Amino acid sequence: MSKLKQTQDYEKTASFKFFRWISGEKDPYIGTIEMQEQSEHQVEDDTITERMWEKQMIIDEIYDVDHNRILTKFHKLYKIAAVLFCVALTFFLLLTVSYLPRTGNAANPDNNEVAQRYIESGLQETGAVNIVSGMILTYRAFDTFGETNVLFIATVCVMILLMVDEKTLEERSEARLNSGRIKDDIILQMTAKFLVPFILIFGIYVILNGQNSPGGGFSGGAILGAGLILYANAFGIKPTQRFFNEKVYRIAKVSALCMYGCIGLYYYTMGANHLADHIPNGIPGHILSGGIILPIDICVGLEVACTMYAFYALFKRGGL
Amino acid sequence: MEFVQNFPAFSIMLCLFAGIVSSVLKKNAAKWLNTILIIVVGAMSVAVLYYTASMNTVYVYQMGRFSAPWGNELRIGCLEAGTALFFCIIMLLSLLGGRTHLEEDVESSRHNLYYVLINLLLSSLLALVYTNDLFTAYVFVEINTIAACGLIMVRQNGRTIEAAIRYMIMSLLGSGMLLLGICMLYDLTGHLLMSNIHEQVLSIVAEGTYKVPLLVAIAIISVGLAIKSALFPFHAWLPDAYGYSTVSSAAILSSLVSKGYIFLLIKIIYRVLGFEVFHDSGIINVFFIFGLCGMIFGSFSAIRENDIKRMISFSSVAQIGYIYMGFGLGTKEAMIASIYHIFAHAVCKSLLFIASSGLTDVSNRSRHFVDLTGAAYRNKIAGVGFTVGALSMVGIPLFPGFISKLLFAQASILNHGKMLPALIVLAISTILNAIYFLKTVIRIYIPVENGRNLTITFRQQRLFGVTLLLFIVFSLALGSCSQPIVDLIRQGLESEIISSIPNTIYQLAQSLMI
Repeated sequence: MSKLKQTQDYEKTASFKFFRWISGEKDPYIGTIEMQEQSEHQVEDDTITERMWEKQMIIDEIYDVDHNRILTKFHKLYKIAAVLFCVALTFFLLLTVSYLPRTGNAANPDNNEVAQRYIESGLQETGAVNIVSGMILTYRAFDTFGETNVLFIATVCVMILLMVDEKTLEERSEARLNSGRIKDDIILQMTAKFLVPFILIFGIYVILNGQNSPGGGFSGGAILGAGLILYANAFGIKPTQRFFNEKVYRIAKVSALCMYGCIGLYYYTMGANHLADHIPNGIPGHILSGGIILPIDICVGLEVACTMYAFYALFKRGGL
Repeated sequence: MEFVQNFPAFSIMLCLFAGIVSSVLKKNAAKWLNTILIIVVGAMSVAVLYYTASMNTVYVYQMGRFSAPWGNELRIGCLEAGTALFFCIIMLLSLLGGRTHLEEDVESSRHNLYYVLINLLLSSLLALVYTNDLFTAYVFVEINTIAACGLIMVRQNGRTIEAAIRYMIMSLLGSGMLLLGICMLYDLTGHLLMSNIHEQVLSIVAEGTYKVPLLVAIAIISVGLAIKSALFPFHAWLPDAYGYSTVSSAAILSSLVSKGYIFLLIKIIYRVLGFEVFHDSGIINVFFIFGLCGMIFGSFSAIRENDIKRMISFSSVAQIGYIYMGFGLGTKEAMIASIYHIFAHAVCKSLLFIASSGLTDVSNRSRHFVDLTGAAYRNKIAGVGFTVGALSMVGIPLFPGFISKLLFAQASILNHGKMLPALIVLAISTILNAIYFLKTVIRIYIPVENGRNLTITFRQQRLFGVTLLLFIVFSLALGSCSQPIVDLIRQGLESEIISSIPNTIYQLAQSLMI
């Protein structure tokens, strides 16, 4: 007869516990051992910097850059070679200049039929008293359109680099503009108040008289831009934004360039296809003369003024 | 005058207009405007190409009321129209292939500005291809340079800004030298129009006056354009500029921007200086040596590189070396080979850049070689694209790289003095190309058990896949139907030489009438 055990006794034996543990019914640790939840391993900032510092120190020890003789020699040699190279290049270029035709000699190759026609029949053909304006805006109008686009693409690149969004702009303008600038400098403000109207009027005069006197879109636009920058410097960006903000800037710029493009396209195709040109040359010396020169000068002037001011504003605070 | 003849001027002006308008458009509108613009310009170039090739003519388009030596002028032949069409196709495909990356790399407020840059870049490329006036060329070189800087830094992190500054300094140095050279040429000849300068240069050479300044002018212009197109000793800016910018920018920079300058150099060699004058100046020997050095050292740098994009960039140095070696051989056959290589390299390099971006996408964005193991299985179409590009670069038959190598080899046989170095370096360079490109192909086709990296199928990236397919088809077409293209290049080059004579007589008659 086999010996029967009581269930209670059996549950106390080691084998019962063992089999129960194997079948997974009970984890012997739960309830018997104190446990903590695992936390993610964190590295403190101090140890990171310390480690980086150590690494840098090791690198410095092994590759002793400061006391490496060959390297210092190389750097010295590099500087000397660079200076020598530049001096030699300058010397050769100057030497070449001495071989070029002498300036002011009537028999020079550049005194040819091209310059002759610009000077002799420029007034009659373009209606512009200022030969330079006539040449860059009528004879070689395509180059000048390209040049205006150089200014345009330069502003685009500066915008890509420096433009920030509205929110940071406001925070920044509060913080940055008030530091370093003497706020409401009365001398500057009075001078600006007095000068800016004259500067702007002078700029407009130079633009409008581009076909009659030295000047034109590029120089007049630079004067306008300088006037705007002076105003913004004296009174701050906010008052300037009342009449020249991003919207005005965009409209002025795109319409100026598009109008120039349209005039250019009309002029090129009419000329190339030998069709009649409907823009009259006018009486030389009057404001409304010079054919396409005056409208192009206005467009170029607007574009240059916008570019000047946009550069200033972008470098100053990252937005218009 | 037929209406088709207006198309080159229209396409340049359209690009400029699109650039101006894009600056105020919203992101998507600018994107679509750009796509439509490139297609329209491409279609116009097809029409012009058909017109010039079927009539076998070269015509001069006067920009404005005043004829050539006084006003600006375009000059259009089948080579110019073909190059314009080719540039349009590559630009469209590069932009389509990199579109998803552009979304990630560039802030959304700057997308329209990116397309402004692209439109103006296209206009400058077209103007460089079509112009017959050295100063117009310089103005558009400026636009090209600034646009390229913008393309590099539009993805804003430290490395791209550094690369852009480096590129800007080197490129402006090149522009400055080009401008100096143009000034000197103007001082010697009194003209800015290519055909008139050519005529004057011939008389200067015949008289024997101004020998030194003419040589210096040729040298300065050549070095300036060589810096801008990254010939071997001037290539330090290249790997960073191509390697870290966003994919479309990298593809466009490597395959179009540098090629635009090379095309301008070809025009200067043929139309401004005349091939004989250039040949006798001795500059071609310098080009030959630097070209050979570039072929070898560019490949060595690429072999040492562990970053796939920088490797592809260094391979550009080697390929630019091929093109300049072709100039250096100094025969017409070699020039044809160089122009064909411009096309072949442009297709394959942009294909490689786009495909490598697909491979890095499925490797945790890592560009390291080890992480790319098996990437071709995770992104099948990118793997196939990369393989096609790599095989073409190595020079396997059926791909365009083979044809250009064959043409270079044939051309070098005609030149007795330079045959041996050219052939030997060509062979070495082919082996070096094979080492680094096939190493990469084998690496991406090693099967690997890797659950962590995601797999991208064709359906998840339809636009990318279709673009790569188009690239593959285009490069296969270029490689397998090379003869008509070579004939077209030959026809174009011949017209570059012959037609300058009647043109000048015509202008002489006109100036006498006045």
